[in-house]
Amino acid sequence: MEKLIYLDNNATTRVDEKVLETMLPYFKEEYANPSSMYEFAKSASHALKDARGKIKDFFNAVNEKEIIFTSCGSESANQAIRGVLNMNKNKRHIITSKVEHPAVLNLYQTLEKQGYSVDYIGVNSNGELDLEQLSESVNSDTALVSIMYANNETGVIYPIQKISEIIKSKNPNTKFFVDAVQAAGKIPIDVQELGVDLLGISGHKFHAPKGVGALYVNSKTVITPLIIGGHQERGLRAGTENVPYIVGLGKAAELAADNLKYEMTEVKRLRDKLESNILKNVFNARLNTGVANRVPNTTNIGFEYIEGELILLHLSDLGICASSGSACTSGSLEPSHVLRAMGVPFTAIHGSIRFSLSKYTTEKEIDYVTEVMPSIVEKLTNLSPFQNELEQLKNLKQ
Amino acid sequence: MWEYTEKVMDHYRNPRNVGKIDNPDAVGIAGSLACGDQLKIYLKIENGIVTDAKFQTFGCGSAVASSSILTEMIIGKPVEEVKKITNKDIADELGGLPPEKMHCSVMGYEALEDALKNYKTDDMVDLDDLREPETRDKVVCTCFNVTENQIWDAIKLNGLKTVEEITNYTKAGGACGKCKSLIQDIINTYYHKEKEEKKVELTPAQKILKINSIIENQISDELRKDGGDITLVDIDGNNVMVKLRGKCSGCKNSHLTLKSFVETTLREAVDPAIVVIEV
Ligand SMILES: Cc1ncc(COP(=O)(O)O)c(C=O)c1O
Ligand code: FES
Repeated sequence: MEKLIYLDNNATTRVDEKVLETMLPYFKEEYANPSSMYEFAKSASHALKDARGKIKDFFNAVNEKEIIFTSCGSESANQAIRGVLNMNKNKRHIITSKVEHPAVLNLYQTLEKQGYSVDYIGVNSNGELDLEQLSESVNSDTALVSIMYANNETGVIYPIQKISEIIKSKNPNTKFFVDAVQAAGKIPIDVQELGVDLLGISGHKFHAPKGVGALYVNSKTVITPLIIGGHQERGLRAGTENVPYIVGLGKAAELAADNLKYEMTEVKRLRDKLESNILKNVFNARLNTGVANRVPNTTNIGFEYIEGELILLHLSDLGICASSGSACTSGSLEPSHVLRAMGVPFTAIHGSIRFSLSKYTTEKEIDYVTEVMPSIVEKLTNLSPFQNELEQLKNLKQ
Repeated sequence: MWEYTEKVMDHYRNPRNVGKIDNPDAVGIAGSLACGDQLKIYLKIENGIVTDAKFQTFGCGSAVASSSILTEMIIGKPVEEVKKITNKDIADELGGLPPEKMHCSVMGYEALEDALKNYKTDDMVDLDDLREPETRDKVVCTCFNVTENQIWDAIKLNGLKTVEEITNYTKAGGACGKCKSLIQDIINTYYHKEKEEKKVELTPAQKILKINSIIENQISDELRKDGGDITLVDIDGNNVMVKLRGKCSGCKNSHLTLKSFVETTLREAVDPAIVVIEV
């Protein structure tokens, strides 16, 4: 493959050179255990403190003690959810959404088997949350509400501040966890303004390496640890701190904050260009999210009567990386639970493609994808047994 | 990322025989848009030979590759031969498919079967012979609209033994999962029946021949090692009359062991109801 056009940044991102550079000394020279008592450990210990400060700033948290380093987004979510529930054993009700990431959704399904009752809030056809249903669901037994900040498949942003107000007005003791893995680096995160109790992120979604994440737990929220052992992270996450990766996470957060403006203007402009060109030039394309408010880098487009994996394979032959909500790629034989919850019509759900950009995406790349997309789709629609339906669509569009 | 063979990649990149045949002699459909893949196959048949085949597929890379190679496998072949093609042949021709993608080859087989069902002949492998006729078209998996028929075929053609394998081959059980116990029942029934099939009732003549050959080839050899011998005198239904003689014949105890050895051997090999009588 000569060139690579990477438009799958919601899956993972390239590590920023500057992030890697700040990490390297902590492998080579400053390899001490930050808990050790000698002078040599000072640098590692300071680096840890410095990174914690950077994540605190990234979240606009009040206090560094509100930050726990974890190994990934899934751990952040598991720690938050189990940590809250274990602390409130007498409460057995949880509220979440139908469109959460499996890291959260599968955990709730496990908890249901253990006797918890879970309400899954639905979404409309644009992927927007049913806030009325959410409001009605909160009761005195509700231990936890967890809603993602932005959806990984559609990019749709949920109104976290509003949800927080709804929850607190119904039950001030209910804790609110936000999976912000797809928001980090794309939109501002201000935990005080949002009014959340816990919030998780994952480094590899914003140019830090895989294998490091963070969890914000506000000072009013007490949780039990998931990993029990040493005193690290104030007893909330045992295990010698992964200093180089935590340093990388801190640096990535600092860079992401500086880059937010670019993300919300330039990346958005390129995403919008890609999106509008495809919708204009490809007759069987539909935007799956309608007018919903989205993160700037994501678009999810359904191509009717053709199948997503086949589109991805043909894109891949041209060096283009994207992802699909089709059954064939979800690993479950069923198309994406998110698109199903939105009621995306079955003519389009199997042919849904997500393009997710990053600060590294160039105009040239977007132009190239725009240029090749119509011919790929034409090749694949020629294979389709639904020629009459496609013909009708074509006539409608003209 | 799936590990596709070069051949699979070649066929989804450059699918052969794409399209429709006007005035086809046979058309077959398998799958559905809602379930995520559908194949339509069109055949031209002249003097019992498939002279042309075309396909249209909505589906993933391996679905297109399975359809494309299938058309290549059947063009120019007599219908009789084409009817013997199974999903396994399609997958083999592609150099194999990932286990989770075997259902794509099954879709090819089903579309072909659908197209040729009006051309049924005597020597066709009849997969329905072991089933209760009324349950064949019963839908087992409502999520993917898979019938008992299809599951049965998949088991029979591919030697499937687990629910997971059935899901890989037919998709049944791959969504809500509530049909899994029904699938398990079908697997149980299949293997139970297969066992019974093997021990089908022998005709009286076959039984006599079989008993005779076991006594001559297995039992007497064993006995001769210890200096004894056995002669078959008569068979009447399940009663086997034998003469036991030789070195051990004088000893009462050893006689009992001898008789029970003969009886156990015959019961295992031929019929549990056999009784050995010394004459
Ligand atoms: C919304 C969301 N939550 C959680 C995760 C899990 O993160 P990780 O892979 O770091 O465990 C992801 C990653 O795909 C995600 O997109
Ligand atoms: S009925 Fe078979 S998976 Fe749902």
